[in-house]
Amino acid sequence: MIVAERKSIPELLDMLPNNSKILVLGCGTCVTVCLAGGEREVSIISSALRIASKARGLGYEVSEFTIERQCDNVFIEQAIEAIEKVDVVLSLGCGAGVQAIAERFLKKPVYAGLNTKFLGILEERGVWTEKCSQCGSCVLHEYGGICPVTRCAKHLLNGPCGGSREDRCEVRPDRPCAWQLIYQRLKNIGELERLEKIEPPKKWSASLSGGPRVIIREDHRI
Amino acid sequence: MSSRDKETTIVAFCCIYCAYAAADLAGSMRLQYPSNVRIIRTPCTGRLEVEYFLRAFENGADGVLVAGCEEGSCHFKEGNLIAKRRVNYARKLLAESGLEADRLKMVNVSAAMARLFTEHVREMAETVQRLGPSPLNRAKTRAQQEIKP
Repeated sequence: MIVAERKSIPELLDMLPNNSKILVLGCGTCVTVCLAGGEREVSIISSALRIASKARGLGYEVSEFTIERQCDNVFIEQAIEAIEKVDVVLSLGCGAGVQAIAERFLKKPVYAGLNTKFLGILEERGVWTEKCSQCGSCVLHEYGGICPVTRCAKHLLNGPCGGSREDRCEVRPDRPCAWQLIYQRLKNIGELERLEKIEPPKKWSASLSGGPRVIIREDHRI
Repeated sequence: MSSRDKETTIVAFCCIYCAYAAADLAGSMRLQYPSNVRIIRTPCTGRLEVEYFLRAFENGADGVLVAGCEEGSCHFKEGNLIAKRRVNYARKLLAESGLEADRLKMVNVSAAMARLFTEHVREMAETVQRLGPSPLNRAKTRAQQEIKP
């Protein structure tokens, strides 16, 4: 899922115009699961904004609404009435959600209330970790299902670097060395011979360095 | 109770298994404590969400006290520890929003600690007195004073 983190209240206050009607718009999918932009966070952020507004005399009129998915027009339809009543929208969706709302409402300022961080998983309660860099050409099968592009701090496809201490990464000692994990995993599944192969340079043109990516499925187009 | 206490309101969320019983005992023991505290009985402090604290301030509280069981003695094992983390998060949000974090505080008392309960309430009342009415209420207080002859 997409993992995001809330912006601080002072950052939001800098962004939002004084004396305006603000809709705090939540998203019921990824950012709900990572506790950043779901219905509950909408309620908390709205409350904090109302407190800040009263304490500093900012003149906000804050309303709340959450839709199932901000990146999908079908669900955005449900928010039309709420969005039309306000001056600005503070979206608690991911970067894609914010842009989907902005594209749909041409004359309405839409601000991002979250910092979208990465594609990851819930590692343990309250801890999310990055697992995928969306490089566009997946090599996970070569590495026992552990991504060296994302989880090795040096993105080494032919690791390890030799700098790890015990099983810890030398760049981030609080994180495990991805290459230690890859070695263990390949050993466990009996595929250690994969490490004898030298991986050629990766095609980065499939990643974001080739510009914004588009997928077109002709069989689904109308 | 000082005249300034009368201008302020403290909301105390009290766990039914400890602080609420301690408040009850304080009454039976005729212990005095500031009368501007409004006690809300809760099934466990772990039931309290961050929104509850923020809403209390939005609705006019000048201070919020969260009183749960002593650590290690929660009736539901770790409800008070959950509450502690939520209170800390809410304190951070309050500070970001322009309210003093000290207006929200969590304390731990057992059902037998009536005296300690009253001390915590008194401390909270003193904190609120030191900080003055919540900035959210100051405008209202000023307006009320202007109306007075």
